[in-house]
Amino acid sequence: MQTVLAFVVGGLYAASLYMMLRRSITKLIIGLALLGHAANLLILTAGRLVPGQPPLIPSTSEATRLEPPYADPLPQALILTAIVIGFGVQAFALVLIRRTYETVGTDDLDEMRSTDRA
Amino acid sequence: MPESLLFGFALAAFSPLIHRFARGATGWVMGALVAGLTVRFALYVPAITAGNPVRTCWAWVPPLGVNVSFYLDGLSLLFALLICGIGSLVAIYAGGSLRGHPQLGRFYLYLLAFMTSMLGVVLADNLLTLYVFWELTSLTSYLLIGFNHEDSRARQAALQALLVTVAGGLAMLAGFVLLGLAGGSFEISVLSGRGPALREHATYLPLLALILAGAFTKSAQFPFHFWLPNAMVAPTPVSAYLHSSTMVKAGVYLLARLSPVLADTAAWTAALSTVGAVTMVIGATLALLHTDLKRILAYTTISVLGGLTLLLGLGTSSAVVAAMALLVAHALYKAALFLVAGNVDHATGIRDVRQASGLARVMPITAAAAVLAAMSNAGVPASFGFISKELIYEAIWGLSARGLPLLAATFLANALLVTTAILVGVRPFFGRRTAMPHMPHETPIALWLGPLVLALGGLVLGLVPARTEPMLAAAATAVEGQPAHPHLALWPGFNVVLALSAVTVLGGIGLYLAWERVRRVVPLATITRFGADRGYDLTLEAMLRFGTLQTRVLQSGYLRFYLIIIILTVVSLAGWALLKGEGVVKLLAGRWPSIYEWIIAGLVPLAALLAILSQSRLTAVIALGTVGYGLALLYLLYGAPDLAMTQFAIETLTVVLFVLVVYRLPPLVRFANWPSRVRDAMVALAGGALMTGLLLAATARPGASSLSPFYAEHSLSDAYGRNVVNVILVDFRALDTLGEITVLTVAAIGVHALLRLLPGRKGPRL
Repeated sequence: MQTVLAFVVGGLYAASLYMMLRRSITKLIIGLALLGHAANLLILTAGRLVPGQPPLIPSTSEATRLEPPYADPLPQALILTAIVIGFGVQAFALVLIRRTYETVGTDDLDEMRSTDRA
Repeated sequence: MPESLLFGFALAAFSPLIHRFARGATGWVMGALVAGLTVRFALYVPAITAGNPVRTCWAWVPPLGVNVSFYLDGLSLLFALLICGIGSLVAIYAGGSLRGHPQLGRFYLYLLAFMTSMLGVVLADNLLTLYVFWELTSLTSYLLIGFNHEDSRARQAALQALLVTVAGGLAMLAGFVLLGLAGGSFEISVLSGRGPALREHATYLPLLALILAGAFTKSAQFPFHFWLPNAMVAPTPVSAYLHSSTMVKAGVYLLARLSPVLADTAAWTAALSTVGAVTMVIGATLALLHTDLKRILAYTTISVLGGLTLLLGLGTSSAVVAAMALLVAHALYKAALFLVAGNVDHATGIRDVRQASGLARVMPITAAAAVLAAMSNAGVPASFGFISKELIYEAIWGLSARGLPLLAATFLANALLVTTAILVGVRPFFGRRTAMPHMPHETPIALWLGPLVLALGGLVLGLVPARTEPMLAAAATAVEGQPAHPHLALWPGFNVVLALSAVTVLGGIGLYLAWERVRRVVPLATITRFGADRGYDLTLEAMLRFGTLQTRVLQSGYLRFYLIIIILTVVSLAGWALLKGEGVVKLLAGRWPSIYEWIIAGLVPLAALLAILSQSRLTAVIALGTVGYGLALLYLLYGAPDLAMTQFAIETLTVVLFVLVVYRLPPLVRFANWPSRVRDAMVALAGGALMTGLLLAATARPGASSLSPFYAEHSLSDAYGRNVVNVILVDFRALDTLGEITVLTVAAIGVHALLRLLPGRKGPRL
């Protein structure tokens, strides 16, 4: 399954990079969103896949520690952070391009090469 | 001894303040203080000549063997005495020659900072300490050459000197690092004992070449000599101090200092004696073709620096002693001659040697200093210059047949130096007086004291040469690594060497008589056009052109081109490493995925593809949401319920947000034509392929996280939480989460501000 997911990750990266290379500013945002997804899945897969063994210590048992096998909690913690941050960035970017579109009057990145007012 | 460096830097820092109070007397105050430093070093003489070096050391970066350490032996002490002694005279001189200059306080700041840095160079024991001080001298030299910064020539010359010496310095740093690695220590005093092993070391040649690059640029050896004559735009005290008697000798000092470590190999001897001999002859020849007093002196300085390099390259006992004697003699007479040239300029406004004549009657003291210094320069008996020249001839005569070309070169250079000595030290003061820009007058005491003391010093040492023996012996011992016993005599008796000396002087006088004719025959302009200076200009120009070209190519201003460059760079570098390290990545056999895994894994890329291809904003948003939900399902499958829940929640929020603004977003337009779409698709696919390859390579390795067991172990016992992921977030890595919350808050404020901020609307703006 890791192999399959490696190709899924590659596909997501390719899709996001392609979208980020577009001139339309809306497509750039979609590309950014896809990039976040690709990175998260990359971290999950690189941390090894352990199906159906969440890193939870059962409350019924007398266990004082997490017994293997368990899914690695560390990549999960990283991804959880990344998902939330990614959302924040996306929301900001979304509002920013809306504002840019209203202010500059274009959605073509090629026409936004200069910081000077036209 | 380190306290003298602290004293020097403190004095430099306070010199503008001191100048504010001392006003016209600043030169004397500074001179006296620096003279005190000279005395401080002179007190070391008995201990050092008795063979007891002093070492001080503080750890700086202990794991790397980098220390701030100082070492005082005969060689360091000889240089330190010259630096401080001449420094105090130059400080006094500057007070007179720059009297009333609005930035005199700043000048002393630079000058004393230079002096202290130079002391640091000669006292440092650790190679990296030495490097720091070395670059400080380059920097202060830059500030001093460019002291008259309104003059564009001064700025150019300052930059040229800086670029040449710093480029060499960087090469030298690389050489030092290699030397430190090869020798297992950065302390020169330690390395000195490991010379034989180092000379056999595999990196000996590269490190030698790199270190020589530093020494040769600093000491203006051919073909890096050109910056030195250009540096003559600096005020005269600077030329006399930095660019004749001290800083330019830093390269020579380095060669001498590292002699026990690196010398006596074929490469060392060949490089140093060839470069030294060529520099010696070229410098002396070019000196003859110029008429500007200071430029003549600059070229003769280059010639002497070449001679010093040559002698150190020979490395025989007599050559090293001769080098030390030449060093002292040259420092004394050349500084004196520079100051004399400055006095002539000061009194008459003339710097061209052809225009000055008959000044002895109006400037008797300056003239006396000039003649004395010129005698030493020319090597007339009863001067220290004579003794040093005897020693040089002796050293080279001792080489027998293989020394013949060197003997010829030395003879030629020395004869030319005699000519220039007459040109600079004698000619302006005798003969008929001509019309001059100013009414000539004798200069005030601050201006004639320095040259007179220096020139008299040359005479006194020449009369009692035996008194210098212990100091020269101590210095030569440090260079050779074994005890040296020089013998200096006022009158060596009639022998071949004396005959050579006599012929040299006669030849020089002959050349002087023919000077005008020689100058007319040799086309200086042609030499300048093809000289090293021109090479420097061309190099600089080429670099600027390259920079322009590179900027034009790389900095297009188009976002996608920046992205393409970044992606392709990463793909080619990381891809190369991947192929080199892993070969063609093996596809993992692993467990065959179940049907629902296939469905989800297939759904995600398809949804991504739809997001790309869709021309409808709503469809694209829905496809994006599908990717997110697909990922959430994958998280659920692989034991990450927290991630799945978060992803579901966030994805829903994202879709809601998109839908809220989606019709205010610009519609999805195809701007690009199909060739650029194909190009972008190729680039994107390359990036995707790299990530797949990296991931396959990473998962192919047996890797168990070494951190996770810690969390598994301590989650319940230390943090009282059964959900390990949550415990990591809110307990073990709580500060990260705090940072994350801050980022979200900032983003929220940004969103709010962007929604509230309307262009053109009156009222408070956020």
